[in-house]
Amino acid sequence: MPMTITEKILAAHAGKEQVVPGELINARVDFVLGNDITAPVAIKEFEKIGVTDVFDRERVALIPDHFTPNKDIKSAEQARLLKQFSQKHNLVNYFEVGRMGIEHCLLPEQGLVGPGDLVIGADSHTCTYGALGAFSTGVGSTDLAAAMALGETWLKVPESIKFEFAGELKPWVGGKDLILYTIGDIGVDGALYQAMEFTGPAIESLSMDGRFTMCNMAIEAGGKNGIIAPDEITRAYVEGRCKRPYQFYRSDPDAKYEKVYYYDVSRIEPQVAFPHLPENTRPVSEAGNVEIDQVVIGSCTNGRMEDLREAARLLKGRKVHKNVRLVVFPGTQEIYLQALREGLIEIFIEAGGAVSTPTCGPCLGGHMGILAKGERAVATTNRNFVGRMGDPESEVYLANPAVAAASAIMGRIAGPWEVD
Amino acid sequence: MELRGKTWKFGSDIDTDAIIPARYLNTSDPAELAKHCMEDADPSFPARVRPGDIIVAGKNFGCGSSREHASIAIKAAGVSCVIAKTFARIFYRNAFNIGLPIFEAPEAAEDIKEGDEVTVDAGTGTITNNTTGRIYRATPVPPFMQRIIEAGGLINYVAERMKQSCTK
Repeated sequence: MPMTITEKILAAHAGKEQVVPGELINARVDFVLGNDITAPVAIKEFEKIGVTDVFDRERVALIPDHFTPNKDIKSAEQARLLKQFSQKHNLVNYFEVGRMGIEHCLLPEQGLVGPGDLVIGADSHTCTYGALGAFSTGVGSTDLAAAMALGETWLKVPESIKFEFAGELKPWVGGKDLILYTIGDIGVDGALYQAMEFTGPAIESLSMDGRFTMCNMAIEAGGKNGIIAPDEITRAYVEGRCKRPYQFYRSDPDAKYEKVYYYDVSRIEPQVAFPHLPENTRPVSEAGNVEIDQVVIGSCTNGRMEDLREAARLLKGRKVHKNVRLVVFPGTQEIYLQALREGLIEIFIEAGGAVSTPTCGPCLGGHMGILAKGERAVATTNRNFVGRMGDPESEVYLANPAVAAASAIMGRIAGPWEVD
Repeated sequence: MELRGKTWKFGSDIDTDAIIPARYLNTSDPAELAKHCMEDADPSFPARVRPGDIIVAGKNFGCGSSREHASIAIKAAGVSCVIAKTFARIFYRNAFNIGLPIFEAPEAAEDIKEGDEVTVDAGTGTITNNTTGRIYRATPVPPFMQRIIEAGGLINYVAERMKQSCTK
C-alpha cells in the first residue's frame, strides 16, 4: 500500500511494514530534547519512574535557551536542574551558555538530528526538523520523561495534508511568507492533528533555512508535524554534518492525502500576521500605517544566516528609526560568529540596533525585549498571541526578516521596497 | 467519577500563553502557577475560580506552546475538567498525562452558558447541564488513553511497564 513520507518514517520506527492514519503505534525515538522551561518538569517526572539511566546518553539533549542567560534567581534554579541532571547522567548533549543556541537552530546545525529520524521534543517548535525529512513533533514534559526512560513514545499516525507550491517567488518573499500565507488560508487549527507535507517546485528550490522556517510554524496551524522530502539541497546540508547515519524517505506518488492545497507563489507578497493570531495575515502592502516601538529579528523561526543576511542587506548604511528599538538575536553561537565574520553584526550596530547572545527570551515574553502596555513590535518570531511578548495590551506583528528590517528603518510596518 | 461545578466560558483558540503566561514560567510549582491561571484571558479568574469549576471553550483549546504548565495550572486551580469543541494536540496529550480530565463535546461547548451548573460522568463521557436539563455525550476516549487514565497518568503507566519488563 502506498504511504506518505510521514507514514514511512513512523512505520520504520514502529518496526512495521506499513501504518495507516488513525493507528496507534509505539515508536522508537532517535533523539529527544527539552529546555529550561520544560525539562525541569520532565526531570521530576523521570525520577518518579524509578529507572537509573536515560535510554541513551547521546540521544537526550538538554538546552537551556528560554530564560538564559539566567534572567532571575528562579530561572537560574531551573537551568541548574538541567545542568545537574546532565552531569548525573553523563549526557553528551548539554549546551551551556556560550556554547549553546536556540534549540531548533542548534540541533540541525550540530548534526544531531537528520533525515529519516523520529524526534520528539518538549517544545512545540520541535516540528522544525521536518525540513530535513524527519518526523519531528512537540510534546509535553511528561511525554519527554517517558521517552527519556524508554527510548520510545506512543503516537497516533496522522492523516497527511499536501501543500503544493508552484511558480517563482517574488523578490523579498521567502519561507516565512509561504507559511504565513498558508496559515492565513487554512487557519490556526487548519491542520489540527495532521501532517503538513510541503511539496512542489517552489519548495524544491527553497533554501534549507527557508525550509526550516516553514516546518517550524506547522504547529501554528495545529499540525502534528511539518515535513519536506529530502533532496540534493538537504544532502548538501547534512553531508559531513550529521553525526548518525540518515535515511532519505519520500512519499509514494499515489499516497493518500486527506486534502491537497495548491498555491501559486508568484502571487504571494511578503505577509504580515496581525494581532493576535498567526492566521490574521495580509500582504504587507495592505498593512496600513502601523507605527511601531520595537523590532525583533531572530528566534527559532528566523534566526539563521540567510535571515540575518537579508536584514543586513536593508540595514546597511541606514539607521533605525528614532522611535524604534531593534534587537537582533542570532540563533546559535556559530551563526553569531559567522555573522560577525561577514560584517553583519557591525551593520546592525552601526544602524543603531542591539545584538544579543542567542536566547528565546523576547519571543515568548521572557526577557531581553519585553513590550510595555500599548507598545507594538514587528517580529520575525512565530506567535502573536495576547501578551506573547509582554503586557497583555501590547501587540506583535509577525513578518519575514526583510519586512522587519524595513519596518525598523521606517518606524512603521513597511515593505522592503520602501527603503531599498 | 462524577465531576460537578459551575462553568466558565471561553472562546476559541485559547492559547497556552493565555492559560499561563510565560512570565510565570520560571517556576513549575503548581500552586504558584494556579495563581495566574487564565489571567490574560480573564484577569478575575484566579481569584474567583472555585474547586470543581469547569472550563467550557470553543475550538482548538490549548493551542501554541507545549508547556505542560498550562494543564498543571488548570488542575492546580481546582478546575475539575475542561469541555471544548476541540483541543490542540499537545495540550490534549499533556492533560491525559497529568490526569486533568478533558472532554471533546462540540454541542455541549456551544450550548453551555457561563455560570451553568454542569455534571460530567467521567466514565461514560455524559455531560448534564443541570441548569437547563440538557444532556450531551463527549467523543469517546481511545482505549489506549483509557489505560493511561486507569494507571493514574503516563508516568505510572510507564513505571508499571518497566517493572513488567524487568521481571520477564
